Amino acid sequence: MIEIEKVYKSFGKLEVLKGVDLTVARGEVVSIIGGSGSGKSTLLTCINGLEPIQSGHIRIDGTDVHARSTDLNKLRRKVGIVFQQFNAFPHLSVLDNVTLAPRKVLGMSRAEAEEIAVRQLSHVGLADKLKVYPSRLSGGQQQRMAIARALAMSPQYMLFDEVTSALDPLLVGEVLDTLKMLAEEGMTMICVTHEMTFARDVSQRVAFFHQGILAEIGPPEQIFGAPQHLETQKFLSNVR
Amino acid sequence: MFDTAMTWNDLMFMLRGAGVTLWITAIAVGGGTALGLVFGVMRSALSPWVTWPLAFVLDVLRSVPLLIQLVLANSFQAIAGFGWSPFVTSCVGLALYTAALCTEVVRGAILSVPETTRRAARSLGMTWAQDQTQIVFPMALRVGLPSWINLTLGVMKDSALVLWLGIIELLRASQILVTRLQEPMFILLVAGAIYFLISFPVARFGERLEKRWREHD
Ligand SMILES: Nc1ncnc2c1ncn2[C@@H]1O[C@H](COP(=O)(O)OP(=O)(O)O)[C@@H](O)[C@H]1O
Ligand SMILES: [Mg+2]
Repeated sequence: MIEIEKVYKSFGKLEVLKGVDLTVARGEVVSIIGGSGSGKSTLLTCINGLEPIQSGHIRIDGTDVHARSTDLNKLRRKVGIVFQQFNAFPHLSVLDNVTLAPRKVLGMSRAEAEEIAVRQLSHVGLADKLKVYPSRLSGGQQQRMAIARALAMSPQYMLFDEVTSALDPLLVGEVLDTLKMLAEEGMTMICVTHEMTFARDVSQRVAFFHQGILAEIGPPEQIFGAPQHLETQKFLSNVR
Repeated sequence: MFDTAMTWNDLMFMLRGAGVTLWITAIAVGGGTALGLVFGVMRSALSPWVTWPLAFVLDVLRSVPLLIQLVLANSFQAIAGFGWSPFVTSCVGLALYTAALCTEVVRGAILSVPETTRRAARSLGMTWAQDQTQIVFPMALRVGLPSWINLTLGVMKDSALVLWLGIIELLRASQILVTRLQEPMFILLVAGAIYFLISFPVARFGERLEKRWREHD
């Protein structure tokens, strides 16, 4: 379970998160929608401790992410994240991109790590690209590799930050299909997304983010069918 | 083509000088690169508030002409009673100068690695050190290598300045022969050819590495 409680986060004087509360249960898929600059990415980076917070708590299975005593490197094994930028490791082949963390972080042998990597890469449809370098992949393939790379750590939670925003429109579908597949397999996911159809079809709940607060959250039928908040209505009428 | 009074012994004399040039360059580049790596990582990872004294010293080393540094270093070691030979003084002076230049190469190459790539590495549970060794160094190496090769070739040529401390390296050896044989053209041509033969493999080695890496891009 991911519990986010009254989280405040600033960059210098700029207050980006202004008291965010959100609980995500095991197996749940929550989509976060909202305008650019509203703090969605920042929230995700706070969840896996890449960014510190000013106050509040974020707990993952009861472990306080921002407590001094928390071993973040260990905690992050549980929480995979995929970013908008593909972030391939350009000097490593596709296979090595995926085996690196299992070998170095989990201490697996090369053979063990490769077995897992091949399974994950096949899962996202890249079984024929093992020896290729990332620069030879399309954006969609690079993004699917990044997903396989995160999954190879056997995370219990996955965070997705606008993973299709930097993609050619033609390639969006293949990455969304991968996310759908994960959701159907029961992965716990928080997806920041601009793909409203995806948010509606895949998530149990949709959260609307506005200027650093969670303005509205509910099942997709409510958010898309009968939004309560004026800002939600405005946002949705603009994206449609 | 050339009717010269230069003998095999004279050529051996020049080659011994070239050996000294090679040694001093190797030691200076080896030591300077090791220091440059440490300083470069420090400057890229620590706040400027912490590293400004280091940055200041390195700036001085980069901007004062090497000849002045070598002569001052030699006087300093004499006054301080270190009892260093001119060879040791030359190596230390040239290594510090190399370190100052190398630090900037390393820092620039490290900063060229996108922050988001490093975040991706850390978010997989890698430690700072694992991120440095597995992601940052390999990526930075590809960016920094051409500058580092240039730096090495530059230091080899600059190493001629140690002749002012009385060391007979390649250029000094050539000067001595020019004075004795009065054939400046021919002897300097030979010296130039030797410098080229030393540099060429280094430059080619760098090109081959770059080419191999480019195949991935
Ligand atoms: N590392 C940072 N340093 C300073 N300001 C930042 C940083 N990251 C994000 N911000 C600012 O925080 C605000 C929220 O950014 P972000 O979380 O990326 O929004 P979103 O993902 O919803 O578009 C923006 O105003 C952005 O400029
Ligand atoms: Mg964002």
